[in-house]
Amino acid sequence: MSLLRLAVLSLWNRRLTALLTMLGIALSVTLFLSVEKLRTGARESFANTISGTDLIIGARSGDVQLLLYSVFRIGNATNNITWESYRDIAAQREVDWIVPISLGDSHRGYRVVGTTPGFFEHYRYRRDTGLSFAEGQPFDDLFDTVIGADVAASLGYRPDTQIVLSHGSGEGTGAAHDDKPFRVTGILEKTGTPVDRAVYVSLEAIEAIHIDWQGGGRIQGLSIPAERVRNMTLTPKTVTAALVGLKSRMATFRFQRFVNDYEEEPLTAILPGVALTNLWSLVGVAERALGAVSLMVVVTAILGLVTTLLATLEERRREMAILRANGASPGTIAVLLMAESGLITFMGALFGLGFLYALLFAIQPLLDSRFGLYLEIDPPSIRDWTILGAIVLAGIFAGLIPAWRAYRCSLADGMSIRS
Amino acid sequence: MPAIAIRDAAFSWGSGFSIEIDAFEMCTGERVLLLGPSGGGKSTFLNLVAGIVPPSRGHIGILGTDIATLRGARADAYRADSFGIIFQQFNLLPWLSARDNTLIPLRFSKQRRKRAMPARDTAERLLAALGIDPALFRQPAGQLSVGQQQRVAAARALIGTPGIILADEPTSALDRANATTFLDLLFAEIEGAGSALLMVSHDEALAGAFDRVVRLEDILRVDRRAAA
Repeated sequence: MSLLRLAVLSLWNRRLTALLTMLGIALSVTLFLSVEKLRTGARESFANTISGTDLIIGARSGDVQLLLYSVFRIGNATNNITWESYRDIAAQREVDWIVPISLGDSHRGYRVVGTTPGFFEHYRYRRDTGLSFAEGQPFDDLFDTVIGADVAASLGYRPDTQIVLSHGSGEGTGAAHDDKPFRVTGILEKTGTPVDRAVYVSLEAIEAIHIDWQGGGRIQGLSIPAERVRNMTLTPKTVTAALVGLKSRMATFRFQRFVNDYEEEPLTAILPGVALTNLWSLVGVAERALGAVSLMVVVTAILGLVTTLLATLEERRREMAILRANGASPGTIAVLLMAESGLITFMGALFGLGFLYALLFAIQPLLDSRFGLYLEIDPPSIRDWTILGAIVLAGIFAGLIPAWRAYRCSLADGMSIRS
Repeated sequence: MPAIAIRDAAFSWGSGFSIEIDAFEMCTGERVLLLGPSGGGKSTFLNLVAGIVPPSRGHIGILGTDIATLRGARADAYRADSFGIIFQQFNLLPWLSARDNTLIPLRFSKQRRKRAMPARDTAERLLAALGIDPALFRQPAGQLSVGQQQRVAAARALIGTPGIILADEPTSALDRANATTFLDLLFAEIEGAGSALLMVSHDEALAGAFDRVVRLEDILRVDRRAAA
């Protein structure tokens, strides 16, 4: 008759209370672990927004700002890169590939990105995953466009849909480039990154729709029809930013310095990974707050456990007296109570872990498809085990409170119950 | 060597209730009936003898060891080795089977565990000897009748043959017929084991079955001064 067996049988005798207490702990553990999972998932999804690109180059600005407008399409560039500088940088021998990004227009709230077909080839996310086409192919004709998965889904576009771009970045703010409509040729596969929420056209197309514009509006009296534009020279004057892949990773810092010290005009080159980390440290406060809240839930559940054990102590004084009469020391009684609270927490932690995986299997596809949040279903990490271990330890230590009470009672009661 | 030898012992609860014992002795294998009204310091006396509370002074010799000098866990271990204890009622953990209840002391006493090997067989033999139907061995003790529960408690007190059986009014919850059967079975088993029996009761009719009758008031002075 081991103490553990005694604890188990005693708990079994009070199985309803024990089960409910255990469930409370299990649910809090599930909550805590899933918040942890979401945190790491969100952080990884975030950190994997862009990969494979060694440097992002834009006009002189802050790291985070450049990252925000070039990758997340949030905010605007204060300045552009001249086409000459772009060509010059592209021609450097360290450069393996370069993809321009030209921003400034929108389609029904979605940013328009002027780029080259190289974008579809070189843009990488989530550990070197490339972009692929759900339907159609890259743009080929001047007035072809490729749209992201979210754009297609929310606006119901299919290949061959005709769309019109507007000047400026907000919904319905800018004047429409309605004289030069575009045809959807391809729809990208969902990525869970800002790539899904943009409309892609060629750099030349950006030039073409602005050829009869100046500043923020059409040049009065000048209207060049789409057909005539095709025969004109459509070399861009500027681009907003550029993604650069280098032949050798080793050259990254040297090349970054080269761009930052570029003499013709002030430029900034950033390492996407570093800038993403900086940006995450800004938004990470909310993530930590969420973690703190779910930790509170675990603490509450353990307090509930202590309350339950304390509440049942009074009616168990007879049990204590019997054990005392048969040779149990008050210390043994205390250990018995700690074993009980440890058992409940241990089972709670196990069930909590089980619930977590059930939940993960149930909602992982949904999270991926609806929110672009990809959660890896992998065995619990060392960190998870550490957390679970800490919770069980906390449960055992929480058992100290009822254990101490029981110790005092059994010292006072001895073999007899004064009631 | 006497089973119990108390000299000049005193104990007081914080409440101002105190008892003094000048001398009390009983031999190994002796069966003593301690007659006394409830509330006469009886449970304090038993707690002292069983080493659950230490005396404030004096000598309490149990099977040759002065347990007044033992502290904490050592006193508990000594109690587990030396005593089988039977209460008035509610002796058992109701959710444990009759057999598992019988086995409890072996968890706390290595000596008795050794003597009772193989433990389960010994428990079942004792239960059977005390008139428990084998079909009930695995029943939760809470489902047994009061008479059956007292007999399981007796089996538990006897397992591993401790030197002394302490019984605190073990028959008061039983009717006369059940009480007689219980005592007969208990006495038969104690006889075989050679343990001493100290039974506390207010029932003078039991006196005939014992070697000696001691009145509580003859060995014990109770002082109920309220705490200052």
